[in-house]
Amino acid sequence: MSSSKGASTAVWFVLRRLTRDRSALLGFALIVALLLAALLAPVLSTHPDDVFELHPSERLRAPSRAHWLGTDRMGADVYSRLLFGARITILIGVIAVGASLIVGVPVGLVAGYYHGWVSDLLMRVSDVFLAVPQVVLAIAIAQTLGPSLPNVILALSATYWPWFARVAYAETRSIQKEVFVESTAALGASPWRLTALHVLPNIASPIIVRASIGMGFTILTAAALGFLGLGPPPPTPEWGRTIAESREFLPDAWWYATAPGLAIFLTVMGFNLLGDGLRDVLDPRLRRTHTARDE
Amino acid sequence: MSAPSSAPLLEIVDLVRYFPLRNAFGRRTAWLRAVDGVSLSVQPGETLGLVGESGCGKSTLGKTAIGIYTPTAGDIWFAGREIGRLPPRERRRVARDLQYVYQDPGASLDPRWKIVHSLHEPLKIHTRLSRTERAREVGAILSAVGLPDAHLDLYPHELSGGQQRRVGLARILTLRPRLVILDEPTSGLDVSVQASVLKLFRSLQETFALTYVFISHDLSVIRATCARIAVMYLGKIVEHGDKTAIFEEPRHPYTQSLLAAVPRIGGRRVTLDFALQGEPPDPRAVPSGCRFRTRCPLAQDVCAAEEPALRELDGRRVACHFA
Amino acid sequence: MSEPLLSVRGLHVDFVTDRGVALVLDGVNLDIGPGEVVGLVGESGCGKTTLARAILGILPPGAARIRGGEVRYRGQDLLRADPIAVNDRVRGRGITFIPQDPFTSFSPVFPVQTQIMDLMKWKSPRAGNGDGAPSPFRRYPRERYRADREAVLDTLRAVQIPEPARALRRLPHEFSGGQRQRLMIAMALLPRPDLIIADEPTTALDVTIQAQILRLLRTLVKERGVSVLFTTHDLGTAHEICDRIVVMYAGQEVEAAPTAAFFSHPAHPYTRRLLASVPTPDGEIRDIPGEVPSLVEPPAGCRFHPRCDYASAECRSARPAPRMRAAAHAVSCYHPVDAPPGSDA
Repeated sequence: MSSSKGASTAVWFVLRRLTRDRSALLGFALIVALLLAALLAPVLSTHPDDVFELHPSERLRAPSRAHWLGTDRMGADVYSRLLFGARITILIGVIAVGASLIVGVPVGLVAGYYHGWVSDLLMRVSDVFLAVPQVVLAIAIAQTLGPSLPNVILALSATYWPWFARVAYAETRSIQKEVFVESTAALGASPWRLTALHVLPNIASPIIVRASIGMGFTILTAAALGFLGLGPPPPTPEWGRTIAESREFLPDAWWYATAPGLAIFLTVMGFNLLGDGLRDVLDPRLRRTHTARDE
Repeated sequence: MSAPSSAPLLEIVDLVRYFPLRNAFGRRTAWLRAVDGVSLSVQPGETLGLVGESGCGKSTLGKTAIGIYTPTAGDIWFAGREIGRLPPRERRRVARDLQYVYQDPGASLDPRWKIVHSLHEPLKIHTRLSRTERAREVGAILSAVGLPDAHLDLYPHELSGGQQRRVGLARILTLRPRLVILDEPTSGLDVSVQASVLKLFRSLQETFALTYVFISHDLSVIRATCARIAVMYLGKIVEHGDKTAIFEEPRHPYTQSLLAAVPRIGGRRVTLDFALQGEPPDPRAVPSGCRFRTRCPLAQDVCAAEEPALRELDGRRVACHFA
Repeated sequence: MSEPLLSVRGLHVDFVTDRGVALVLDGVNLDIGPGEVVGLVGESGCGKTTLARAILGILPPGAARIRGGEVRYRGQDLLRADPIAVNDRVRGRGITFIPQDPFTSFSPVFPVQTQIMDLMKWKSPRAGNGDGAPSPFRRYPRERYRADREAVLDTLRAVQIPEPARALRRLPHEFSGGQRQRLMIAMALLPRPDLIIADEPTTALDVTIQAQILRLLRTLVKERGVSVLFTTHDLGTAHEICDRIVVMYAGQEVEAAPTAAFFSHPAHPYTRRLLASVPTPDGEIRDIPGEVPSLVEPPAGCRFHPRCDYASAECRSARPAPRMRAAAHAVSCYHPVDAPPGSDA
């Protein structure tokens, strides 16, 4: 409420600055393309039913006018499955990163705010989770609970939240030292008010940057998990699994692996470029305080 | 203790604040004795000056009184109530009446908040006034500090340093506090800007019936604004009492050196006669007995053995065996 | 006065800022004689630091532009001389510098000795004049090193650093602010300069330490016949250490006088107001109405006229030229005041 108006002008300000950075714009464009592909998959795809239907007679056809990116081993249109696969990708990315954020940021905030055993405990717990490789945890979960989309998301969130906790912790600690935090506390503000209204808005930037870069990282790992067969089972058109399927048909059916591989590459690059651009725009600009005093 | 005309508004009794010093492993190796047994009282309506050089503990004293630090030992009595050991929620309520101004009051504003929200915030924390009522209060305070309403819609970085300072002050005054601790409010300011700021403080004191504790290292500013002063050195008060008496005839050797160091315009150069050598000792390793003895021209054996207590002398109180 | 050691004439410096071009120095004139301590007094934004940096030639290259004027050192215009020769012979040798902030003047990772001996390698009075171009392989002959090191130890004793040989091996953070300023004074004296530019060297120090440093600095420079340009915003400090005082306001110098005359007969309205705003024991506070002008669009003519009680039409149109009121006492004003200080509002 207090800074909502400030937030919308800030968003506008950020977007304007972002347009000056070409690589960030490229990243932004790639992500928009991904979103459009996912949202409009039924409209944009040429063979929308190929997600479920099989046409074994048409298997492994090279790219043609009928099938823009060729067909896979079941005869399904690679292009259409790619578009629907974008939905999976976004779903995994958003939920995994979202869950990590929701768990990690409050942990980091609390650890940063308090000093002493609470803070130590929380950060040690997050260190433990950081030490677990995502793939190993995903395999373990898949073994016990079976390979599926929710389990992939669980594995990814469980291993990614410590990154948010770390960022939130470091930023909270440094913001705490700022005069305006101390003075607002001296005015009688409760820790809740301080954290929610003063600390959180001021640490939002690095968290947003981490979220954007995290999306790229998460999607890449999700694809790796899908490749290993730990992700959603067929016929879900998940990109990583598609690559796994294509292996035995390489190098003849080159389109089969290239299409999803390129899609993953462009998506991850898009998020990384956007994240870098955001970092340049958000951090130095909004941290800088103008002083009227000159030479 | 000289009999006060009325009950003191703020009374500090044997206040102690230590900071632990830790080595690389986090183990406590020593204590930094920032405030080491300070007693003071502040009468309603007066301006008490707290003077000392860097490292003497005057800022720590102010921050402990206001509650930013909790006391290691000792009492803080405000308006008849002990506040140093209150639970956090109660302590936050005291902020209504007892406030603190930073050296740069503009820095106390959240850079992402518009001025209007920063000014409403104290009232939101402490009162249940409606938005219109709050707006009226804020408007009144703004004119008291001499700022136009148009500034409400701006962010701190869009104002000049002087305007930021006024906003910072306004924010505190919305609560109508009774006592305000001013921590080095004129440090680093040009002399003409300093004069404007001091004038502002004076007018605010009249308008809002404020009591001030004025912390500064600048003796000429203290002399112009305060009626009673306390001189601090390495965590303790060495001389304390009426300003005129102390400035005209300082009794403690440190006070004498301090006054002798201040350049006087017109007349003999003070540095020609200035005799005090050396630097203040490391506050982590405070000398035994009297802390000033390592630089004091009057030091004797008893100074190392026994710490001098504050005693009445010539209308003020001095902590020295030989004053 | 004999030929001035340093003579600044008509110096115009602009700064490029976000809000436009700031006319930071507006045709400033300044003379410093040999062995003279000149105080440059003024408030924030008056241009004193810019002037000091312009003399040294260390203005930020992208932002600052010298539009005109000359800086003559020993008769030679530094602004138009060969920059490599100036760097080799003048900067850090003929003219040295003491910065304001003692806490950032040393690199924290090297012992003090490394930095001082580095200075001596390039700027020692025993070093010959190089052909100009600094060679990364320039040798430091053993004998010169030893002679230099002796000189360093002597100078450290002169600035009252205890146990100089041990002190040299320590890191900067082991010294207090006052001790670091003593080291800076030593480093400014070692090249045997003609002129030291000291930029508010005691502003960051406690008053008792300041008194020690001022006394030390004045003693040493008088012993060695070194001139000092001492910038400060504190009139009391200027009174303590300076032989002559020059006041600047918003990029213009307004009054220059020997110290005693300056404080007993200030003539320029700004100087008088400045002196009056120093807090006095009686508790009365006098400030100066108005604000320091923006240098991007400064007032025409005399830049103080919007705040001046005596301003007239000519003040608004043309900047007053300096006029002599008494021996060595110059005022740039159309309405200099004759009365003793404190007699106006």
